[in-house]
Amino acid sequence: MSEFFEILLFQRALIATVIIGFVNGYTSAFVLLHRSPLKLTALSHSLLPGVALAAFFVGLGVLSAFFGALIAAVMIGILTVLLSRVTKISDDTVLAVLYTGAFALGIIVLQELGSNQDLENWLLGNILGLSDLDLWMSFGVGLVAVILLSLFRRAIVLNLYDPEVAASLGIPTRLLDYLSFAILILVLVTTLQAVGCILAIGLIVTPAAIVRPFVSTPETLFPLSGLVGAGGAALGFFLSFRVSLPAGASIAATLASLFILSVILRSLFRLRLPRVT
Amino acid sequence: MNHAHHQLDLTNVSFHYGNKEALRAISFSVHCGQRLALLGPNGAGKSTLIRLLAGLLPPQTGSLLWRERPVNQARREIAYLPQVDRHQRHFPIRVRDVVAMGRFPHLGHLRRFRPIDRAKTAEAIETMNLGSIADHQIDQLSGGQQQRTYIARALAQEAHVLLLDEPFNGLDVESRCHLSESLFDLTQSGHLIIASHHQLENVTQIFTHALVLDHTQIAFGQAPEVMMDENVKATLHSCHPHDHERVL
Repeated sequence: MSEFFEILLFQRALIATVIIGFVNGYTSAFVLLHRSPLKLTALSHSLLPGVALAAFFVGLGVLSAFFGALIAAVMIGILTVLLSRVTKISDDTVLAVLYTGAFALGIIVLQELGSNQDLENWLLGNILGLSDLDLWMSFGVGLVAVILLSLFRRAIVLNLYDPEVAASLGIPTRLLDYLSFAILILVLVTTLQAVGCILAIGLIVTPAAIVRPFVSTPETLFPLSGLVGAGGAALGFFLSFRVSLPAGASIAATLASLFILSVILRSLFRLRLPRVT
Repeated sequence: MNHAHHQLDLTNVSFHYGNKEALRAISFSVHCGQRLALLGPNGAGKSTLIRLLAGLLPPQTGSLLWRERPVNQARREIAYLPQVDRHQRHFPIRVRDVVAMGRFPHLGHLRRFRPIDRAKTAEAIETMNLGSIADHQIDQLSGGQQQRTYIARALAQEAHVLLLDEPFNGLDVESRCHLSESLFDLTQSGHLIIASHHQLENVTQIFTHALVLDHTQIAFGQAPEVMMDENVKATLHSCHPHDHERVL
């Protein structure tokens, strides 16, 4: 009987891994083209106090976690701009100070709220602890994110390539930036529970970096990054069972290893496109 | 195509960034088939004027009309070509994809790429002689080839007016000659070219008309006459010596 539940648990975790891996991989193409992985690292850390305070005031659910995370991210963003202007200190420095402060606040609130195990789950994730509802939420949110990124890909790519030309062609660039920001937060929030807010960065950055040396257009970068994200996450998940490792860490380490492998492959086979002379 | 009757009219256009005046009382008219050089010292308002015409800045006072309609309502017919080094570096995109971006105003967000879009993109690539490098990454091209790619994008857009920001900057002598020829061909085929320009020695060879700015309008008219104007000489030669070094 316990074996049956273990298989059920394993299946659910595997499905979640593949869904989260694909959605993060697909989104990683945007992150790579946007050149924002470091800012995203700050964003993911600053989500933690938002999620913690939402849990404290209204109880924990994907919706409350999303709005808590959104408010925290927006507040950190606005404070960064304001303090940078007032102090004349670069916004990168202010952001680094604020996100570590916010992250620390999140840890303190979570510690006050419950056990150390909860804290560890938010920091490092617990993919085996996902409920059916979590799985459905991940699927729904992931579907929305992938559909939005696909529907508006033409405008998003143009905006990333040259925002001024995009605006001159009538693309509402500011609105598109807000939409992209909301998609990133959605994806991050649904990933937090699975692999935690630290390792989530590996999932939302690495797949596109693995694929980038082998593609020449955004049209191939997005879906291939999604597939590599799903495949790499699934491989990491299997390895975690084989060698008894924490699943989140195993997934992030597998993706990082695949990135190193892709760099070696590119160097060995000189897969870069020929230069024009 | 002959669009000689298609006219761009600016009447009493002024623009301020906060309290700082960028442009004051600019008025002129040009039409398709002409090549207009925007001249003036650095910070004279050339880029502001181009950005106003491209719809990147909201008009404050005065009117900017293209074919008797506000320029903001004619985006499909006006193409903006920023300097070649302004786009994001190492972006995974081919020349043909950059050219195809010009079809956005015809497609919008959701419509699929149609045979007519493919045909217009191919035609623009052919016109700008980019066929042999259409599948190359944009970053692998020289400045001159990138400039031709952006002109092709404007052609794919079916724009009548091409707004170019410092198009000759950073080009070698051969690329400058090719670009001059391309601009000439474009006006022959009925386009209106407006470009900010720094190289005073070749204005009359490349452009039919010139507008000299120093926040306000110093002179406007046919290029040879404008370049002989004493006020113009005083304005343009009062530029910071460093500007001349960079330009010449």
